[in-house]
Amino acid sequence: MGSPHLLVHHKKDTVGVVVIEGLEAGTNMLCVVTANNSSFRLKAKMDVPIGHKIALTDIKSGDTVWKYGQDIGKAVAKIGKGEHVHVHNLKTKRW
Amino acid sequence: MARSKINGRMSRGKTTFSGWRRENGRVGVRNHVIILPLDDLSNAAAESVANNIKGTLALPHAYGRLQFGADLELFFRTLIGTGSNPNVAAVVVIGIEDGWTKRIVDGIKKTGKPVTGFGIEGTGDIMTVAKASRVAKDYLQWASELPREECDVSELWVSTKCGESDTTTGLASCPTVGNMYDKLIPKGVYGVFGETSEITGAEHLAKARAASPKIGEKWYRVWKAYEDEVIQAHKTDDLSESQPTKGNIAGGLTTIEEKALGNLEKIGRKCTYIDVLQPAEAPRKGAGLYYMDTSSAAAECVTLMAAAGYVVHTFPTGQGNVIGNPIVPVIKISGNPRTVRTMSEHIDVDVSGILRRDMTIPEAGDALIDMIMRTANGRLTAAESLGHREFVLTKLYRSA
Repeated sequence: MGSPHLLVHHKKDTVGVVVIEGLEAGTNMLCVVTANNSSFRLKAKMDVPIGHKIALTDIKSGDTVWKYGQDIGKAVAKIGKGEHVHVHNLKTKRW
Repeated sequence: MARSKINGRMSRGKTTFSGWRRENGRVGVRNHVIILPLDDLSNAAAESVANNIKGTLALPHAYGRLQFGADLELFFRTLIGTGSNPNVAAVVVIGIEDGWTKRIVDGIKKTGKPVTGFGIEGTGDIMTVAKASRVAKDYLQWASELPREECDVSELWVSTKCGESDTTTGLASCPTVGNMYDKLIPKGVYGVFGETSEITGAEHLAKARAASPKIGEKWYRVWKAYEDEVIQAHKTDDLSESQPTKGNIAGGLTTIEEKALGNLEKIGRKCTYIDVLQPAEAPRKGAGLYYMDTSSAAAECVTLMAAAGYVVHTFPTGQGNVIGNPIVPVIKISGNPRTVRTMSEHIDVDVSGILRRDMTIPEAGDALIDMIMRTANGRLTAAESLGHREFVLTKLYRSA
């Protein structure tokens, strides 16, 4: 297995983190779940910078987004599988 | 010497270091003689003394006038704690007047280390600088001959706080610190983590990591008080790019919950914290991990932990925070390959291999322990080499 493109903390998560620089739309990403070392493939729908998140599944506006197996906020727009997840479509439930 | 050879020196597996045992029994890993201004007005004289006596270090800061109540207590605790830190051999205190200057001197004197204070009023800067410089010279020469002794790793007090975090800190550099604590705390090391606002979103996990339900409740009261009295009282819509910061957002962190969950990776899988400290409060329950109620601003937090007596700081960063501290070596750990490449002069431990899956977290933890031991033995950190000496006092409210 080569180096992964995307790391996922927990099997419950609905987002993963891009861990390579210069990820381009259309890449058939190697994704690894760090908690159990399992892997899967996912196509990136857009160019996403290193450190930024990609949706592992289709997420509806209002849905809780999961990372570390925990609630990290709610989607404020519809997010497609393979799309960039950030401040434009995810917001804290606090403050 | 080849660069790889210079950077590649290892002390792997070594569990002792050469430190300075101070009069009170604590061990320091640095041997500073500091010139400590009581207040903002005394910075000029303190810096003049440090300029006269090469090798001493002035710690200028912005406060010390018209503070009162808990804010004043924190101020004294921080200055006295800084002078009392075992990385400091001796202290010259300079204040605008004698009363509060003496209070700082008397507080530091309890450690048994040499300390002398000077008041400026009635003397003026020039005569004060002359008198203080003579004492600083004597202290420096005395300190330069202090012998070091072989000390066990259990004599180390190691603090942590991360900064310019991104999603790689939660994946790599913070779990590296957590693995280090899981290995060193059982050996008798003192640890501490803090950053009260930055636990928001992970408070249920942080509370559950207390050594007992009672300590967990004590922690929760501290977190809730900050949430209610500071954040809810002063927030705009969503802390206005302060939590997460602009840098965090550029690095891919979106929400405070996400940031907090990564932050909490610093306490590993097994450690539990045995007490909750006020800012700059020294731990009193023996070896183990502590929580300190601090700001999440890097320099404020590291300054408070140094004032509590911690002698080495471990600092995970994602986007590349450059912070240092005047008296405590700050070890930077990064797992972000771009930061390691573009800001290499700031990074002491590269754990970017974790993202490529060619380095495990236990291997990264060992690499950090190795760097802690080398640093304790005298290796200058990146921040020390670059002259980062951020000394920033925490203020609780406006002065009178």
